[in-house]
Amino acid sequence: MDQFTLNLIVVGATFALYIGIAIWARAGSTAEFYAAGRGVNPVVNGMATGADWMSAASFISMAGIISFGGYNTSAYLMGWTGGYVLLAMLIAPYLRKFGKFTVPEFIGDRFYSQTARTVAVICLITASLTYVIGQMTGVGVAFSRFLEVDNLTGLLIGATIVFFYAVIGGMKGITYTQVAQYVVLITAYTIPAVFISLQLTGNPVPPLGLFSDHVGSGEPLLATLDGMLRDLGFNEFTQQTDTTLNIFLFTMSLMIGTAGLPHVIVRFFTVPTVASARSSAGWSLVFIALLYLTAPAVGAMGRVNLIDTFYPNGTSAEALSVETIDSEEKLDWVRNWAQTGLLQYEDKNGDGLITYVADAELNELSVNRDIMVLANPEIANLPSWVIALIAAGGLAAALSTAAGLLMAISSAVSHDLIKSQINPSISEKGELLSARISMAVAIVIATYLGANPPGFAAQTVALAFGLAASSIFPALLMGIFSKRVNNKGAVAGMLAGLGITVVYIFLHKGWFFIPGTNSFTDADPLLLSIKSTSFGAVGALVNFAVAYLVSNATEEPPAEIRELVESVRIPRGAGGAVDH
Amino acid sequence: MAENSDNNAYWSANRRIIGISLVIWFISSFGFGILLRPLLSGIKVGGTDIGFWFAQQGSILVFLVLIFVYATKMNRLDKEHGVDE
Repeated sequence: MDQFTLNLIVVGATFALYIGIAIWARAGSTAEFYAAGRGVNPVVNGMATGADWMSAASFISMAGIISFGGYNTSAYLMGWTGGYVLLAMLIAPYLRKFGKFTVPEFIGDRFYSQTARTVAVICLITASLTYVIGQMTGVGVAFSRFLEVDNLTGLLIGATIVFFYAVIGGMKGITYTQVAQYVVLITAYTIPAVFISLQLTGNPVPPLGLFSDHVGSGEPLLATLDGMLRDLGFNEFTQQTDTTLNIFLFTMSLMIGTAGLPHVIVRFFTVPTVASARSSAGWSLVFIALLYLTAPAVGAMGRVNLIDTFYPNGTSAEALSVETIDSEEKLDWVRNWAQTGLLQYEDKNGDGLITYVADAELNELSVNRDIMVLANPEIANLPSWVIALIAAGGLAAALSTAAGLLMAISSAVSHDLIKSQINPSISEKGELLSARISMAVAIVIATYLGANPPGFAAQTVALAFGLAASSIFPALLMGIFSKRVNNKGAVAGMLAGLGITVVYIFLHKGWFFIPGTNSFTDADPLLLSIKSTSFGAVGALVNFAVAYLVSNATEEPPAEIRELVESVRIPRGAGGAVDH
Repeated sequence: MAENSDNNAYWSANRRIIGISLVIWFISSFGFGILLRPLLSGIKVGGTDIGFWFAQQGSILVFLVLIFVYATKMNRLDKEHGVDE
């Protein structure tokens, strides 16, 4: 059976599974549509959160980023996992006790301010929409690469599947589909990693293999890799080249951004009790850690394999010749990926060899970082069903995150805007219908933006995390842990944190991401060595400071708000909060 | 008022557990993984230094343990103060 047919069968089977789950998990009420009826088992919710959280970027790009960035990219690993500690202790249990449907709803109620709620809605929609564009382009790319359909057709097939289970099933359909998607994506990620770890270190557990001895050299794997990179003039894998200040702030921004992203927080509204919200955050991290502990191993081992391929007799010997690439069957993958443009080689100096070194003048090989996951099975000569799994896994990662984000957007529109501001007397049936229509509209917009991605799409992850870190996380934290912060303080704090962060990003990336309108670059930033991607933590500090100053200069929140804060701190009674 | 003061005791106990947990959270990631890495570079693990291990693996394992210990301690605290469900 050829590779194409195999890809088609594996991807087709997973899609049939998702549709089957959607039909089984239809939503009949707003509680089911927004919060899956609050009956989801904490372990199941943890698995769904894992799929919701791990996007096309986590699945396809992260190992490659680590592969080429080494120690400096540890911020992604610590940031995107450490945020769950903050979620479990500072955010999730109390918002679950609050017992309503959306994050802006808590901010609006706690700060008794429609303005605060609207600011939260705008942050939510901007952050989620920029995020979803990346998922939709990921779906298109995965389809075109593995199933030989053009980008747009692939995107439309993906959007139709999401439409089907998200519009019919709401949070309930999304939750159970995400569980299936998690299983598909983690299987697809782990299997090639296990094989490669076995080949290179003899250890079948990739995170252990990373710190084991390299079979070829008898030296530790990381020491071998550092040596290879040194020989070719690259920075060592374990070497720090970024400043400590920037790594610190980038890690902090990713952590508090994670704990402030609404599409993650709402997942904890689906479990039955406050205690289960806490343990569910732990289970989420278990399922996320399975991939995040494997990713650095995939990155480091992929780099070793890549260098081994182009220096078959070691980095001090001669590089691979063009003739060998053209003639050897086991190097088919080099030629295949060269056709996609993700890998390019050219014998510039005409010596018949492909030289891979750090010096840009001499280097004759360029490798897109996504290769580290996409071509991994081929580099390691794994069977073709593993390649088909990678296709299904990439699609599962992109679709599950897209669905979670679309859910957050549609509930903000139908619940925080339509129900709360435009038509408060809307019936439950009417609200359910408007939630479904908002979801459908959001899917159409996301599909359009996925097909015609704005030039800045790749830059906007900084924006999504910046918004969540500088506005939503501090507002939630102060809303729960302080009884003194009032409406004026919260609104002033959110606007100040948000404003300074957005301005800092625009100063470095261009105003509204229009190229050429930036005054600074991330290579030479405005403040010390703080890159625009790391500024969210600074914005959060500004938010806290402004909120406290303004609140202390103005009146205390009314008694019923202090009672609300008292009540979210106490677990008892969360179950009864379902009907409201 | 009795219930109120008990709720206050419950909340300060919760804050104390959170405080200790976040100190460990900070030391294992920002501390060992970033700020203290140069100081600890003499301690070797699997072909590199322990700071690198904390940054790419150790901190994540610590986070996992922290959340489950927190959840367990809070379940006990909930029962002690009669606020469990």
